[in-house]
Amino acid sequence: MEIGRPGQNGEAVRVVGLCKRYGGDVAVDSIDFAVRQGEIFGLLGPNGAGKTTTLECLEGLREPDAGTLRIMGIDPVRDSRKLRNVTGVQLQTSALPDSMCVDEALRFFSSYHGVMPDYGLLERLGLAEKRRAQYRSLSTGQKRRLTLALALAHGPTVVLLDEPTAGLDVGSRIALHAVIQELRSAGTTFILATHDMAEAEKLADRVAILLRGKLVVSGTPRELTAAGRGLTKISVRSERATLVQSGVALPAVERTAFQDEYAVYYSQKPGQTVTAAIAQLEASDDPLVDLRVERPSLEERFLELTGKGDSR
Amino acid sequence: MSGFLSHVSYEFHAGIRNRALLLMNYLFPLGLYLILGGLMARLNPPFIETMIPAMIVIAILSGALLGLPSPLVAAREAGIFRSYRVNGVPALSILSVPTLTTVAHTAVVAVIIALTAPTLFGAPVTHSWGDLILVFGVTAFAVAGLGTLIGVISSTPSAAILWQQLVFLPSMMIGGLMVPSEMLPEPFGRIGRLLPATHAMNAFTGLAQGRATTVQPFASLAVLLAGGVVAFVLAAWLFRWDSSPAGRWRHPALALLALVPYAVALILAG
Repeated sequence: MEIGRPGQNGEAVRVVGLCKRYGGDVAVDSIDFAVRQGEIFGLLGPNGAGKTTTLECLEGLREPDAGTLRIMGIDPVRDSRKLRNVTGVQLQTSALPDSMCVDEALRFFSSYHGVMPDYGLLERLGLAEKRRAQYRSLSTGQKRRLTLALALAHGPTVVLLDEPTAGLDVGSRIALHAVIQELRSAGTTFILATHDMAEAEKLADRVAILLRGKLVVSGTPRELTAAGRGLTKISVRSERATLVQSGVALPAVERTAFQDEYAVYYSQKPGQTVTAAIAQLEASDDPLVDLRVERPSLEERFLELTGKGDSR
Repeated sequence: MSGFLSHVSYEFHAGIRNRALLLMNYLFPLGLYLILGGLMARLNPPFIETMIPAMIVIAILSGALLGLPSPLVAAREAGIFRSYRVNGVPALSILSVPTLTTVAHTAVVAVIIALTAPTLFGAPVTHSWGDLILVFGVTAFAVAGLGTLIGVISSTPSAAILWQQLVFLPSMMIGGLMVPSEMLPEPFGRIGRLLPATHAMNAFTGLAQGRATTVQPFASLAVLLAGGVVAFVLAAWLFRWDSSPAGRWRHPALALLALVPYAVALILAG
């Protein structure tokens, strides 16, 4: 991979055999993945799965015990100065001096990157009115947005975000997603470590799920959900709730539950199940009130893989 | 504006905006100057002869020794250095910029003291302004080196305060600031040579005030310069971006090597 340019197949990031231990604990155990330029890649996993350690190795903050890492052809360990110019980083936990003002922070870090401060970024991230505010006076969400603005201020080609929407309200989250998608359209590559499955499903082109330091599965969100048990959730509510009362069995259903007057079916073949449910209601002369069909989500697939709990 | 200049500009303003730094850079040394000037002139009239160098050294100790370390420790522990690192701020800037701005603040205080003490308290007028600037610069470099080193090796702000006081209090008592070193009992005078304040007072008295000294003032300057270089080299070597341990070859105990130039001076002086 030539320095400053994507590698073969347009790879912006390549990780091969990455291992990292803390004393006797294995945090990351020989993981491999590659991210193409202009792609949003989600790193998912429960607490302690190794997401942050993987990102910190890519950011040059931690030295891997084994493995090869390249970001636009740059070795993060050996060439951290070049790395800073091509990467934008938002750490999971970080801080600025309490007395530093918002626009001062933007000027400060932009000058170290050798670029003019882009104050428009503050506007897009809802910080325009806080330009003169000191860091100590910002809310948690505003601090997160500021660190994101600083990560993007020098127009990096690869952006590494660790829990970018943690602590953000709905409006800020939507604004952040819009900025990420806009930059992706312009060719920026993102690696996103997140707990938020809906966010990963919405934003990421591909995701990888880490569990106890190992990469257990990767692919597009659709591929991952399709590879699971693939049960579609069908919720049916009728006027007299005959489905709930009779407990009648429907075709292709693996599991049934009853919640708030709804009969809920987890089906392998949703078409057959829905047809049978409607026929059953018609036969009982019980008018249909509500019918919802939900395809398997990434979150369900994640819970299936992680055993619905933390890895440790 | 380059990153370094932007950093200097921010830190200089922070030295006034931050109340703790404002206290250490300006309020404490100037307040002490006014109190000691009024009090010591009556209790200990000879103090007036060395008042200007003594108060300048106290201002340097206040800004560079008491003011520098705690913000460094707090910034590292809060994750500010990590933010700096991922945004391309070099470690050398983190160590050198606060030193430069602290020296700049201290220089303002030194000028105020040197210009007003003759009028306010009848202190002797400075004999050589060039030498005063030279000795000020070298002393500030040496003390800032120790302050930076303390900030780098201390794991908590409380630990930093402890190390600061281990240098500051003896400097006040046996560093020739309140009582000339030659008037101290022999053992205290000898121990005092392990302190930058003692060498600074000797250099100020001999060069800036043009008075006779027991030790060659340029020898004192050389000790201060060596002390500053060793302290800054150690600070750069022991620097950590975060609270994770730095490894066997970067053990904080290595910071004690910063005393070597002063110990050598003590041995050579017999």
